[in-house]
Amino acid sequence: MLTKIMAQNSIVEVKGLVKRFPMGSSGFFTALKGIDLTVSEGEFMGLVGPSGSGKTTFLNIIGTLDKPSEGRVDVLEKDVGSLTSKQAAQLRKEEMGFIFQSFNLLPVYTVFENVEFPLLLLNKSAGERKKRVMETLEWLGLTSKVDSRPAQLSGGECQRVAIARAMVKRPKLVLADEPTANLDAENSHNILRTMLKLNEGLKTCFIFATHDEKVISYLQRIVHLEDGRIAKDMKVRSSGTL
Amino acid sequence: MMKLLKLVFRNLIGNGLKTWLNVFVLSIAFVLIIFMQALLQGWDRQAMADTVKWEIAGGQYWNAKYDPFDPFTLDSAVSELPKQFARQYETGQIEPVLIVSGTIYPSGRSMPVLMKGIRPGQKLLELPTTLLMNPTDSTDIPAIIGSNMAHQAGLTENDIVTLRWRDANGTFEAQDIRIAGVFKTFVPTVDGGQIWLPLDLLQKMTLNPDKATLLIKSKEVNEAPVAGWDFKDVKELTKTLRETLRSKAVGQSIFYVIFLLLALLAIFDTQTLSIFYRQREIGTFVALGMTKKEVVRLFTLEGTMNAILAIVLGAVYGIPLFIYFAVNGIPMPSGTSDFGVAISDKIYPAFPPKLIVGTILFIILVTAWVSYLPARKIVKMNPADAIRGKI
Repeated sequence: MLTKIMAQNSIVEVKGLVKRFPMGSSGFFTALKGIDLTVSEGEFMGLVGPSGSGKTTFLNIIGTLDKPSEGRVDVLEKDVGSLTSKQAAQLRKEEMGFIFQSFNLLPVYTVFENVEFPLLLLNKSAGERKKRVMETLEWLGLTSKVDSRPAQLSGGECQRVAIARAMVKRPKLVLADEPTANLDAENSHNILRTMLKLNEGLKTCFIFATHDEKVISYLQRIVHLEDGRIAKDMKVRSSGTL
Repeated sequence: MMKLLKLVFRNLIGNGLKTWLNVFVLSIAFVLIIFMQALLQGWDRQAMADTVKWEIAGGQYWNAKYDPFDPFTLDSAVSELPKQFARQYETGQIEPVLIVSGTIYPSGRSMPVLMKGIRPGQKLLELPTTLLMNPTDSTDIPAIIGSNMAHQAGLTENDIVTLRWRDANGTFEAQDIRIAGVFKTFVPTVDGGQIWLPLDLLQKMTLNPDKATLLIKSKEVNEAPVAGWDFKDVKELTKTLRETLRSKAVGQSIFYVIFLLLALLAIFDTQTLSIFYRQREIGTFVALGMTKKEVVRLFTLEGTMNAILAIVLGAVYGIPLFIYFAVNGIPMPSGTSDFGVAISDKIYPAFPPKLIVGTILFIILVTAWVSYLPARKIVKMNPADAIRGKI
């Protein structure tokens, strides 16, 4: 019964995931070597490990930006391996948010336009777009920067804009790849506190790929990856206990 | 589509000066193409109209043996005026022209000419043939020549020059003629190497009574088959002129094609560089939920929008320019009559809607194509690598 309930609440289910990349003329490099993992709704978890351990590859597959070579990955009840590129784009557009190490803000857009972008793709009305963008920017303390362009912002502000962009459509899942790598300690803590607040307030599931100790200290669950395999999977704290 | 257009517009405006430079260069190409085409169309229209007014009227009947490119056929290419046109001669709806080769001797030089006989009272052509009407007591042979011919022969009004010809029996005859008038025309085919004489006099001089080489008809006279005469309509008679104009148009086109290529190269270059430098952006678009095809469409539209902005910008400064030249014309430098086709001293460019719409569509399509070519690469991009700018 417990297993069934868990399965119903799971947001990501991975079974026997293998990912190989072609290398040279005939060889392959195996980045992920048989991963099994279940991530539930509202988790604040991290894929932790050294460079080359397969964190980003794993995150890309969960984010439907890449496909598994073997095994099955279900994200929000969709089999990633069998999704067409259009279906995968639809899933990302409606249910997922992404936060990148280098922020990846659109340089010619203002803060407002960057945050508005996912809603534009969802064909939301101008009124709704404005309301939701302003609401999200208010959460993140960016209302004074609405008309600024990314080049006029600090690294911390850029990452907050990226979080706002990821959160504006209220996704079920946010994937964050080394979100604090380009930030100083103070900004990193601010960003992490913000994301934790969003996770607790909106029950959005956050999956991080990181090797930053600061990030690790905020996680509820840590999945250690080593050489493409899960070395350890541990729950370090419960929600709302930080 | 609206969504894409909104994004395209944001991207273009956000690109600032780079966008406006491309748009400006393309707008110049756009205005130049229309202007050059309009100039050629204007020239074409004027040349055709002048040629019809001065030489062709509503078409010509040629003596079956007449070959304008073979002067040796002239002696035999004469025949009596067809009886069926008797009424039209009287009303002036058909004008016979007799063509005979001869030689003039201006200032002791010999110069081969075509003697063309035409009725002084004709009204079909613009030629000032009333000058060929002699006072009744005069025994002069009056002649009119074009300004180009006058320049070549060094003749002016009232000059006397010796003319020699062969009559129908092959006997050489010579007599002095008086230049009764020098006319200015933009149609070189009625000017260079030609002397216009009264038809009846030329018929007498060459022993070709009531004979002609060709018949010029007015538009009102219906075309009818005539034994021994071939009808040439306006289209056929202006074929060489149109071909000459077309060959000149091709020459002139090279200029604006080069300019257009430069503008398109700038767009292609911007697009290619964009796709290289904006990998992260492309990856981000895909991560945020756009399909690769949508991103290709976005970049293609972005490039194409350059053409649309160029049209708007071109219209802002092009329309006043076009109006000015269409009203005031463009003065042609002296000596352009040497071009070999009718060209007046002022050309009024013509801007038919077909030309404007055609050029707009052409530029938009070509721009869309050069924008699409580099954008195709996006389909092959791995979005995960693109996000990190690692391609």
